[in-house]
Amino acid sequence: MTLWIALAATAAGCYLLKYAGLAAPRRLLDSPWLRRFATAVPVALLAALIAVEALRGEGQPLSWDTARMGGLGAAVLALVLRAPFLVVVVVAAATTAGLRALGAG
Amino acid sequence: MGRVKSLSLLRSPAVRDSTGIGVAVGAAGLAFGTTAVAAGLSPAQAVFLSLFMFTGASQFALVGVVSGGGSLVAGALGALLLGARNTLYGLRLADLLGWRGARRALAAHGVIDETTAVTLAQPDRASARTAFVATAVVLGGFWVATTLLGALATERVGDLDAFGLDAVGPAIFLALLWPRLRGDGGRTRLIALLGAGTALAATPFVPAGVPVLLAASAALLALVGPDRDAGTAPAPARSEEALS
Repeated sequence: MTLWIALAATAAGCYLLKYAGLAAPRRLLDSPWLRRFATAVPVALLAALIAVEALRGEGQPLSWDTARMGGLGAAVLALVLRAPFLVVVVVAAATTAGLRALGAG
Repeated sequence: MGRVKSLSLLRSPAVRDSTGIGVAVGAAGLAFGTTAVAAGLSPAQAVFLSLFMFTGASQFALVGVVSGGGSLVAGALGALLLGARNTLYGLRLADLLGWRGARRALAAHGVIDETTAVTLAQPDRASARTAFVATAVVLGGFWVATTLLGALATERVGDLDAFGLDAVGPAIFLALLWPRLRGDGGRTRLIALLGAGTALAATPFVPAGVPVLLAASAALLALVGPDRDAGTAPAPARSEEALS
C-alpha cells in the first residue's frame, strides 16, 4: 500500500511539473541562471544513473559485472556509429546476454 | 473530403515520425515492464506508472531505487528532479500549441522528450498540434502496451539476467545523454563526470537513490564562469537536444 501511495504521489508530481511549464509565464525561460542550471541538471543526473546502475552490486554497494559492462561498451560503439535509439538498446542487451551465455560474469 | 483528409493525415511526416518513435519507445517499454516487475512492482503498478507518470527516465529512476532497496522518498525525489525537465519543455511548447483550459490540462500529460522534439520541428501551429497529439497517442499506446507485455512476461519467466536486460536501463540513459555529450562543450562533459563520480563515491555510505540526488549538485558547475554555451547556440534551441 505504501508503494502504491508513493507511485501515485510521484506520478501526480510529474504531471504538475509538466503542467507548470505549459501554464507558466514564458519569461521564466529568460532567466539565464535558471536556464543554465536546469539544462545541466539532467546531464548530472543521467551520468549518475548510468554509473550507479552499471556498477550495481548484488549484496554489496558496487561491483563489476563484465557482461553488463560489455553490453554498455557495445552501446557506446553503437552511439558512436550513430545507430538509432532502438538499435543501441537492443545491442546492449544482446551483447550482455551473449557474454553471459559465454560464461562472463 | 473527410476521407481524403484523413488519408493525407496518415501520410503526413508528423504522423510517420511519431509512429517510428512510438515503435522505438515501445521496446523501451518492454524493458521498463521487465525492470519494474524484477524490482518488485506488480504488473498493475508498472502499467500505472507508464499510464499516469508517463515520463520514461523518471519511471526507470524510481524503479531503480525500489529494486536497490532504497527509500521511496529518495526514489520519488530523483524521479521528480528528472521530471523537472518536462517543465522546460512545457515552457517552450506553450506558445506553439496555444491551448487553454481543459485542453491545456490534458495536453500537459503528453509533454515529454519525444513529443517536444517532434512538435518543435513543425513549421506552424496547425502541424505542431497534429504532431503533438499524434506522437503522444502513438507513443503512449506503445509505451503502455509494451510495459504490460514486459511485466507479464517477467512474472512468468523469472530470471532475466540471462537476457541481458539489466543493461537496458543504463543503455537508455546513455542514449539520452549522448547528444549532450557530443554536442555541448567540455563543461557538459565535466558535469557528467562529476555527477557520475559523486554518485559512485556516495553509494557505499547512503541509501539507494540518494547518490543520484547528490549528483545533481554537479549541475552547479553550469553557473560558474561565462555562459559559453549561449555563445555557440541560441538558448531556446538547446532544449530540443536536451533530451533526458
